[in-house]
Amino acid sequence: MSNLKHLTNGFIKENPTFVLVLGTCPTLAVTTAAMNGIGMGAATTFVLVFSNLLIAALKNFIPDKVRIAAFILVIATFVTIVDLVMKAYTPDLYKTLGIFIPLIVVNCIILGRAEAFAQKNAVVPAILDGLGMGIGFTLAITLMGSIRELLGNGTIFDIRLVSQDARTILIFILPPGAFITYGYLIAIMNRVKSKYSL
Amino acid sequence: MELVKIIILALVVNNVVLAQFLGICPFLGVSNKVGTSVGMGAAVIFVMALANLVTWIIQNYVLVPMHIEFMQTITFIFVIAFLVQVVEIILKKAAPALYQALGIYLPLITTNCAVLGIAILAVQKNYSLVASVVYASSIAAGFTLALILMAGIREQLELNGYPKGMKGFPLSLITAGLLSLAFMGFSGLVK
Repeated sequence: MSNLKHLTNGFIKENPTFVLVLGTCPTLAVTTAAMNGIGMGAATTFVLVFSNLLIAALKNFIPDKVRIAAFILVIATFVTIVDLVMKAYTPDLYKTLGIFIPLIVVNCIILGRAEAFAQKNAVVPAILDGLGMGIGFTLAITLMGSIRELLGNGTIFDIRLVSQDARTILIFILPPGAFITYGYLIAIMNRVKSKYSL
Repeated sequence: MELVKIIILALVVNNVVLAQFLGICPFLGVSNKVGTSVGMGAAVIFVMALANLVTWIIQNYVLVPMHIEFMQTITFIFVIAFLVQVVEIILKKAAPALYQALGIYLPLITTNCAVLGIAILAVQKNYSLVASVVYASSIAAGFTLALILMAGIREQLELNGYPKGMKGFPLSLITAGLLSLAFMGFSGLVK
C-alpha cells in the first residue's frame, strides 16, 4: 500500500511540474509539440529511476560531505547513456530536443529526489518514487505540449484536429506562448488543489 | 564585425531566458527586487565568461585530442561546480567587498542550467576562444537585462491588485510571457 503511495505521489499531489515547479527549463523549451513531451519525459524518467536506484543502493558508501558531487556523477553517467542512445536510435527527436538532453544533468527534479528521497530510503521505494515523479513530469509536459500544439498548429501528436484553412494562434508555439500556457496551467492547478483540498 | 553580430544576437535577439529558456529557475527565483537582480547578474556574467574560457580549453586540448568527447557532460558539470567553489574562495580572500556583494549568489550559479547550456552550445557552434568568451559574456548580460526588467515589473505589480489565484508563479510566468513577446520585436535585427 505504501509502495503504491510512493508511486502515485508524483502524479498530482507532488507533481514536479505544476506543484513543486521544478525542471522549468525543459518544460518551457521542449513543449512545442506533444510528441516532444513524451520523448523528453521518457529520457528524464529513465535518468530519475536509475539514479534513484543507484543512490539508494550506495547510500551507506557515499560519505556525507561529498554526497552532492557523488549524486551529480551518478546522474551525469545516466544522462550520457541517454544522450548516446537517443543520438543513435531516435536522431530526429534528438535534434529537436537538442541541448536539453545533456541539460537533464542540471534538472533540479533529479538532484532534488536524490537528496530528498533516494538517499534516505530503500531501493524499491526509491525506484517507485523515481518512476512516479518521472510519469508525473511526462504527463505534465505532454499535456502542455498538446495544448500548445493544438492552439498553435491545430494538431495533437500530428493528428489534425482543426481544419487546414482555419487560422491558428501561432504565438503558442513561439516562446511567449510557453510562459503564458505554463502560467495558466499552474493557476488552474492551484485552483483545483484548493477546491478539492488535495 | 563577427563579434558585434554575436553580441547583438546573444543579448537581445536570442535572449537566453526569454527565447532559449535557459536559467529559468534563478530568473523566477531572484527577480523580486532590482537590487538583488543586479548582484545576481554580475555574478552570472563573471562565472559564465570564466566557465566558457575553461571549458573551451578542456574541450579543445583534452577531450578532442583524447577522443573522449562523449565525456563532455560529465566533465563540464564538474568543471563548473569546481570553478564556482574556487571563485568563491578566491573572492573571499582577495576581494572581500566584492565577495560581500556577490557571495550569496555564487553557490546558486552551479544549478543555473544556462552556464552548462551555453558552454555546450559554444562548443557546438565551433567558436574560437575569443568568440566563445564574448558569446558567454553577452549571453550573461542578456540574462541580467531580462532579470532586471522582470524585477522592475514585479516591484510595480506588488503595488497593484491582481487576481488571488494568480499569486506567485502564474503571475511571474505570464509577465515573462509578455516580456518575451516584447523581445520578439528584436528578431530580424541581425541578418
